[in-house]
Amino acid sequence: MVDAEPLVRVRGAAKAFGGVQALRDASLELFAGEVHALLGENGAGKSTLLKVLAGVHRTDSGEVTIGGGPFEQGSTRRSREQGVAVIYQEPSLFPDLSLAENVFIGRQPVTGRGAVDWARMRRAAAVLFGQLGVDLDPDRPARGLSIADQQIVEIAKALSTDARVIVMDEPTAALSASESERLLDVARRLRDGGAAVVFVSHRLDEVFALCDRLTVMRDGATVHTCPVAGTDAGEVVRWMVGRELTDLFPKTETTPGDVVLRVRGLTTDGVFDDVSFDVRAGEIVAFAGLVGSGRSEVVRAVFGIDRYDSGSVEVLGSPLPPADPRAALARGVALVPEDRRQQGLFMPASIARNTAVVVLSRLARRGVVRERAERELAAHWAQRLQLRHGGLDQPVERLSGGNQQKVVLAKWLATDPRLLVVDEPTRGIDVGTKAEVHRLLSEQAGQGLAVLMVSSELPEVLGMADRVLVMREGRLMATLDRAEATQERVMLAATGQASVAGEGSAA
Amino acid sequence: MNGGLRRVLAGREAPVAGALLVVLAVTTAVNPRFLSDQGRFDLLVAIAITGLMAVGQTFVLVMRHVDLSVGSVLGLSAFMAGSAVRGDTGGSLLVALLVGIVVGVVAGLVNGALVAFLRLPALVVTLGTLYVFQGVQALLTGGTRINADQLPTSVVSFGVTGFLGVPWLMWVCLLAAALGGVFLRTRRSGRDLYAVGSNPPAAELVGIPVARRTLLAYMVSGACAGGAGVLFLARFGGVDSNAGIGYELPVVAACVVGGVNIFGGSGTVLGALLGAMLLKTMGVSLSALSVPEFWQQAINGLLLLVAITADRIVLLRRERSARVEAARHRREQVDAGPALPTDGADRAGHDGVTTTEVVR
Ligand SMILES: Nc1ncnc2c1ncn2[C@@H]1O[C@H](COP(=O)(O)OP(=O)(O)OP(=O)(O)O)[C@@H](O)[C@H]1O
Ligand SMILES: [Mg+2]
Repeated sequence: MVDAEPLVRVRGAAKAFGGVQALRDASLELFAGEVHALLGENGAGKSTLLKVLAGVHRTDSGEVTIGGGPFEQGSTRRSREQGVAVIYQEPSLFPDLSLAENVFIGRQPVTGRGAVDWARMRRAAAVLFGQLGVDLDPDRPARGLSIADQQIVEIAKALSTDARVIVMDEPTAALSASESERLLDVARRLRDGGAAVVFVSHRLDEVFALCDRLTVMRDGATVHTCPVAGTDAGEVVRWMVGRELTDLFPKTETTPGDVVLRVRGLTTDGVFDDVSFDVRAGEIVAFAGLVGSGRSEVVRAVFGIDRYDSGSVEVLGSPLPPADPRAALARGVALVPEDRRQQGLFMPASIARNTAVVVLSRLARRGVVRERAERELAAHWAQRLQLRHGGLDQPVERLSGGNQQKVVLAKWLATDPRLLVVDEPTRGIDVGTKAEVHRLLSEQAGQGLAVLMVSSELPEVLGMADRVLVMREGRLMATLDRAEATQERVMLAATGQASVAGEGSAA
Repeated sequence: MNGGLRRVLAGREAPVAGALLVVLAVTTAVNPRFLSDQGRFDLLVAIAITGLMAVGQTFVLVMRHVDLSVGSVLGLSAFMAGSAVRGDTGGSLLVALLVGIVVGVVAGLVNGALVAFLRLPALVVTLGTLYVFQGVQALLTGGTRINADQLPTSVVSFGVTGFLGVPWLMWVCLLAAALGGVFLRTRRSGRDLYAVGSNPPAAELVGIPVARRTLLAYMVSGACAGGAGVLFLARFGGVDSNAGIGYELPVVAACVVGGVNIFGGSGTVLGALLGAMLLKTMGVSLSALSVPEFWQQAINGLLLLVAITADRIVLLRRERSARVEAARHRREQVDAGPALPTDGADRAGHDGVTTTEVVR
């Protein structure tokens, strides 16, 4: 199974970005034929370490070898030639290019005269997609591809290079359970084919289902490496955060107040159908269901990002105009979108500016943004969310993936909304901070905030929600009170394996 | 073949070509002299210069950059090329072309280096070099001008003669368009330009030599503007210090009308050339129809807005339908085989299956 000699060995790697010591003493050994989990809190240095293998970063000190010889650092092209393929945490497809070209960009098959051989490229891409068991048209542009399919294209890219080391940086963060399952299968197959697969995830259940060994990082250093068998989630979390985690879902009890959001008969043909629900002040209402059941689409329509075909949305008793996010914002509705990197942040701008951007008008006096107010606001939320940063002036593009997520959360919480709509509140956020986000949401609800969240993490739904709305195939199948919401019942309603909600009454 | 035909029809070039035909037909109907031999010749000459620059500009635009200095490069190159062959009636056209192109390439290198290595925004850089190159030209000319009688006959006649009824200037433009089009479509390095414009950070991650490609694109744009300078010299039989002023925006407009995305990632040389043809033809035809200059400008502007709006709408439509399709697709997959996370976090103590409220 596992060879005696590691295929890749990183020893004592250090890397600083300006004043930020991203890696201090990172070590990692990868063997051919294993799936290796790389774990750690947001900002622990996982992506940085992997980007060393990718050739994006060069270590300041430390030793990296591949196949027993020295690893040539600092060039993505050389990394590829040395057999390393990377699926990055940030989406890196080219929306205007065809899928086939996305797979082969820079290495397109060419004819004898050096011209790109489109037909051959298309066929090769189709073969790769076939191997991965997906039915994707190699000719279609990557624009608009679902995140799951984007990952598949990235994997096809990795396969096409015949890589012996395949690095996946949080590939499942945005996938549904069944999509994740498909991806885990692919990872297993790559392993069985003799590759060394590195797998980063904040979902420990996946790690235990998939990986052979794991390495835990904390503050830029490797703190533990061991086989996955023989350890458990509790132990892993202790290594990650360096302390015991208590009370994962702190819930503040509240008495619900007035109805803040009333949705009736919301319908978009082919996407969701006749969805009705209320959210009261002080209540946390969670949408559960499989990814793709239409939950995100409903909240996007409620907030006004997408149009809906029929139905009504009322906020505090008066109708909210459709397809008008500004109006929603003005009425105290905030939406933390699912796709935060694309919709949530101005990458080159500072943490402070990003946090304050929505509330600018409040901080501005005669049109001049008060920098101090901006910084104070950002500092407050940075602390609440345990943001790991190198100064509030740091551009958000230099934050780790999870810490970028926190900035988006901070930005919307800072608007002090009446109704907070959060799509996947803890996606990409590490276990320690997850509890903090939950505590925060609970606390805000306790003070009268109405929270509507979409979550694919059942424990989160069950632990946080006062009411659970279960969707399936674009329909609201059940509304369960906190006391009734159990894992089985939600799953039943979500998958339709048994009739939980009197389906006969569905319109 | 069938797929090829469909691609052509679905592509961004077809509507522009259609509009061009309509303009030609309407103007000819109103004013039959419009497409007489002489009329056609003059029209093609007018298109050639903008067209050639639009070819070069396409390289830069698809990379999500822009080159605003092309007008100044044209002026500088026209002057340098003119000086190189001035007073030598037997002087060679090729020398002039060579000098013009070299001037353009050097100017492109300057632009490209500033954009690629200093990572300055292209808009700012090329707006700066627009004035810098103009200044250099003013410095060199010192207000003098070059007249037709100082130029070799080969250069002057190049501007007024043609081959197969098509002016030589247009042949130059077409040659550049053919080379540029083939390069962008079939060369790996050509495809890299689209990748960079489509997603710059990702281009770095997949190992595209972004700085080198940026230099290349600006050198091509410079070379085209330099070549256009020589065409200018030949067409007008001379050059003064005003040459090329204000040429940059019509060039960018031609590209955009022709479907080159100003936000990078898509567009073809053919489209840009068609865009130049459409804009120039509109201009000439509006004069032929005695529409005042002011209205010509306004109509050009309108055309630009229509093109941008149409592109935007199509893009938004596509994105929306892709999203809806993705939502549907996912649901199908869900039907195929659901799997929920089972990391037991069931809160104990509740059994019996009841539902408080079933939403209508
Ligand atoms: N280009 C950069 N410039 C400055 N600092 C950086 C840069 N890239 C990463 N960092 C910093 O290095 C640290 C480690 O980041 P890294 O992305 O490796 O974390 P991570 O373990 O992948 O976290 P996550 O789980 O959130 O993705 C963070 O503090 C981050 O802010
Ligand atoms: Mg990361």
